[in-house]
Amino acid sequence: MNLTLKVWRQKNTNAEGKLVTYQVKDISPDMSFLEMVDVLNEQLITKAEEPIAFDHDCREGICGMCSMYINGRPHGPKDRVTTCQLHMRSFKDGDTIVVEPWRAKAFPVIKDLTVDRSAFDRVIAAGGFISINTGNARDANSLPIGKEDADMAFDAAACIGCGACVAACKNASAMLFVSAKVSQLSLLPQGQPERYIRVKNMVAQMDEEGFGNCTNTGACEAECPKGISLSNIARMNRDFLVANVVSNS
Amino acid sequence: MSNSKLFNSSLGKKYLMGLTGLLLISFLLVHAGINALIFMNDGGHQFELAAEFMGTNWVIRTMEIGLMLGLLAHIVDGLMLWFDNKKARPVYYAYTNAAANSKWYSRSMGLLGTLLLIFLIIHLRHFWVVSRFTDEITSGRETLFNEMKEVFVNPLVVVVYVLGCISLSYHLLHGFSSAFQSMGWTHKKYTPTVKSIGYVYSILIPLLFAAMPIAMHFGWIK
Repeated sequence: MNLTLKVWRQKNTNAEGKLVTYQVKDISPDMSFLEMVDVLNEQLITKAEEPIAFDHDCREGICGMCSMYINGRPHGPKDRVTTCQLHMRSFKDGDTIVVEPWRAKAFPVIKDLTVDRSAFDRVIAAGGFISINTGNARDANSLPIGKEDADMAFDAAACIGCGACVAACKNASAMLFVSAKVSQLSLLPQGQPERYIRVKNMVAQMDEEGFGNCTNTGACEAECPKGISLSNIARMNRDFLVANVVSNS
Repeated sequence: MSNSKLFNSSLGKKYLMGLTGLLLISFLLVHAGINALIFMNDGGHQFELAAEFMGTNWVIRTMEIGLMLGLLAHIVDGLMLWFDNKKARPVYYAYTNAAANSKWYSRSMGLLGTLLLIFLIIHLRHFWVVSRFTDEITSGRETLFNEMKEVFVNPLVVVVYVLGCISLSYHLLHGFSSAFQSMGWTHKKYTPTVKSIGYVYSILIPLLFAAMPIAMHFGWIK
C-alpha cells in the first residue's frame, strides 16, 4: 500500500505546530497503524530528519498510551479499538490519512503526537481509591456482591484511561473517564464509605483541570475502545447530586 | 461543598440546564394544548376563554414569572457552558469526522437555542407583548384569535414560525432525554420509555405548533 500521511509536527508545548505531508510506500495491510508509523520514522531517521514522537507501550490494546486522532476520530475509523489494534487493511491504497494529537486544554501537547495526560492521574489521586484498611485478601465468596453490580463495576473498570473520550468530545469533557473511575468503586461494597466524598473531590479536580462540560452527545461512548457506557455518567451525576444535597460527607 | 460551589461546578450547571429545560418542556405542553383549541373551529371561542383564564388568574401569572426566570436561567447557563467549553479546547482539530460518533443536533444545541431565541423574540413581540403590555386585548378592541389571523396573513411570518418549530424539534430531540441523563435520572427499566416519549414529544408538539400558522394562513380555521 502507498499512502500519503499528514502528521501534526510540533517541537514542544509552546511551539507552533503544523501538519507535514509524508509519503510511505509498500506498507503491508497486515501492519498495525503504529508499525506503519515506525516505518515512516525509519525513513525519517535515514534522511537525518527528526522522527515523529508518539506514545505507545503494550501494543495489545490494554495500556491506553497510543493516542492518535486519525482522520477525524480518536484511534481511527474502527470502533472499539486502540491505535495499536488498528490495521492498515482498514485503509485503501492511495489514501490520505490525517494524524493529529488529542486536543484539549487539559492535555497539552508535549511533542508532535504525544500529549500530557497527567490531568487524569490527578483526578484519580483526588479520590479514585479506597483508603479503608481491607486487611488480607478474603475468600471471594465471603463478600456477597450481586452479579449485575459485579458486572457493571467490571465494565467500568475496563477503562484504560487513554483519553479518547476527551479527544472525541466536542467540549473536551472528561466525564466518561471520571464517571467510570467513580462507578467502579461506587458499585462495590468496599467503595461505599467514601462514595460521596469521592465523587465530590474527583469532580472538583476534573473541573480544576479545565476539561469541558458534558453535552450528552454520546461521542465518548462511541469512540471508547473499551465501550464504557454513558450510564456511568448518569450514575456519577446522580451520586454528585446526592453528595451535595443529602449526604453528610 | 457549599451550594454556591455546587452551581459553579460543571455538573451543577448541567443540573440547572436540565431542570430549566424540563420546566420549559412542561410549559410547551400547556401552550400547545391551549392553542390547539383554535382547531375546534368555533371562531376561537374556546381558545379565547382559555387565554383569558391564563391571562387573568393570579396563580398562572405568578407561574409566568417563574417561567420567564427559568427561560433566562436556561439562556444564561447555556452561554456560560458554551464559553467554558470553548476554553476547554483552545486549539481545534484540523480535520474532524464528528458525524461518525454523534448526531449533528446533539452537537448544535447552542446554535439551535440561538435560533429559538431569535424566533422567540419575534413570537413574544407578536402576541405576548400585545396581550400583556398593551390594552388591545383587555379593552376588547382586539382578540388574540383575530391577532393570530392578522399576523399569519404574511407568508414570510409563517415561514419564520415553521423554521422556529423545526429548530424546536431538533432542540427537543436531544434535550428531552439529555435532561434526564444530566440529572442522573436513568434506569434500565424506564430510560427506554423516557427516550420514546421524548422522540414522540419532540416531533408531535412542534408539528402541532407549525400547523397553527399554516392553517391560519390558508384560512382553514374559521
